[in-house]
Amino acid sequence: MTQASIRRNGVETRYPPDPLGSPMWTYHAKTVFGEDRVSFDPRVKLSMPDLAENQHCFPVALDAREIGDVRRMVIMADLNPIPLAVDYRPLAGAPYLATRIKLDQRTPVRGAVQRADGSWLVHGGWMDAAGGGCSAPPASRVKGDWAQHLGEMRGAAWPTGPDGTARTRILIRHPMDTGFVPGIPTYNIETLSLTSSTGTVLGEMDIWASVSEDPAFTIMPRAGMGERLAIAARDSNGRDYHASLIVGGGL
Amino acid sequence: MRVSRRTTLAGLVAAPLVAPVMSRAAAPDYTITPTPVADGIWMITGADEGIAFDNGGAIANITVIATPAGTVLVDSGPSLRYGQRLKHVAESLTGRSVVRVYVTHLHPDHGMGIGAFAPEIVAALPGTIAGMSRDGQGFSDQMYRLLGDWMRGTDLALPGKTIGGDEEDFGGRRLRLLALSGHSAADLAVLDEQSGTLIGGDLLFHDRAPATPTADLARWRQSLAALDALGHKGAIPGHGPYDGTGRQAIAQTRAWIDWLDTALTEAVRGGMDMVEAGRMVIPEQLRNMASGRYELQRSVSHFYPMLEAKLLPRVDQS
Ligand SMILES: [Zn+2]
Repeated sequence: MTQASIRRNGVETRYPPDPLGSPMWTYHAKTVFGEDRVSFDPRVKLSMPDLAENQHCFPVALDAREIGDVRRMVIMADLNPIPLAVDYRPLAGAPYLATRIKLDQRTPVRGAVQRADGSWLVHGGWMDAAGGGCSAPPASRVKGDWAQHLGEMRGAAWPTGPDGTARTRILIRHPMDTGFVPGIPTYNIETLSLTSSTGTVLGEMDIWASVSEDPAFTIMPRAGMGERLAIAARDSNGRDYHASLIVGGGL
Repeated sequence: MRVSRRTTLAGLVAAPLVAPVMSRAAAPDYTITPTPVADGIWMITGADEGIAFDNGGAIANITVIATPAGTVLVDSGPSLRYGQRLKHVAESLTGRSVVRVYVTHLHPDHGMGIGAFAPEIVAALPGTIAGMSRDGQGFSDQMYRLLGDWMRGTDLALPGKTIGGDEEDFGGRRLRLLALSGHSAADLAVLDEQSGTLIGGDLLFHDRAPATPTADLARWRQSLAALDALGHKGAIPGHGPYDGTGRQAIAQTRAWIDWLDTALTEAVRGGMDMVEAGRMVIPEQLRNMASGRYELQRSVSHFYPMLEAKLLPRVDQS
């Protein structure tokens, strides 16, 4: 299914037909993939629960370890008002990314990974959800305590064995306002990076407000037992958040 | 449709379908078949599924009790149409009018049929009434989304009578009313003293995995211990078949929530994300419980963020 262009209904398009039949496929593909080659590939393992119990906090895991030479990983939901959720560059480590996103309605949820040669592999599925995942205020706004906890970070890193990576979990308290709730402008974490003790950037991500309130990420950077990892995040008001954790320590 | 935020915070007893309701066609009527389980007691067995268009939301068990003072119902089903049909079936069965409807807890598969009855004969614990007034509109929105025409005419209704005492006498047939909690903030169990039948509401799941959208597992365990000490004979669970031993549903529910509690804690401590936790292996001895995977994934959604906030250490530098 890899091709520079396909002729369909007499119209030339460079993207293969979407197995999910999404009305937004071509539109989003242009934005995310541009001129790059795209194909659908089940080795891009996008895992999610069988049901969306909570459309404000829907877990998604993107595992591209079978593919190997991955330089970018994108999680998106076609029919969300903010379709992109996370764009992660696993600079050193295994291509694995798990997070939680909002679902605004029944939508395709996709994982896309870009290989070193620039081509993209895509996989995903439809998920049903009740309306309003992006247009309801976050719990901490309703409760009113978001500011007291803003930027609190929790996390840990577990050495995962022979491949020299550490399963790293990072949670940040943040309202992740989408801008669709009247009177509450967009306010979200925009970037996050992970740096080794020697100053090497191991991974970095761009984050959109379609990621759930109090974002949670699981990644697998290259890091050994006892190594200290530094985490830096910045939100759309330019506020910086810092944390550090030690692989195998403190749980 | 604008869905209130509570809809998803509280969750539903059964969750969104994989396929949305496409058909606007009129739904068929409910088939309600009472089965006798003890002298003057019948159980109407709910579908062993989540709330879905195909079952009209009729997934919870309903109990009919014949008393000298009239017919008593425990729970009322998911919709006005169900409640009306239930009233007709129960009154034809016993030959007496319905004089009392108990709502065991706030979940919509148990309490949204009460619109078919006069509010003053519908009784619930204070915590159930508070829960229904808080979450009822959200539940109703989701039920309309899932069930479409089955819900026609169903308005949000609240029980008109608050349960204060611990028993009620219906012309000599005495029902003990147990105010418990754990499946929700207020769970009513009813013990028919004459036959020794315990009606456990959703504190009891039998051959079916327990649902936890509003659960407090520690309290649930205490309530199960209280039920275990009752000395009853048979038990009617909230979901799943009649338990003639009276003990099996209690033991199964306890085994599942004990496992769930430990397994989710270990998952967080071991670094699993939510997707992985929802895919963990369900132990052999719990696999006889229907809808296990479905309820596990729902429970991950209910408990995981809270457990992470409790178990993962603070790492920010401020
Ligand atoms: Zn329930």
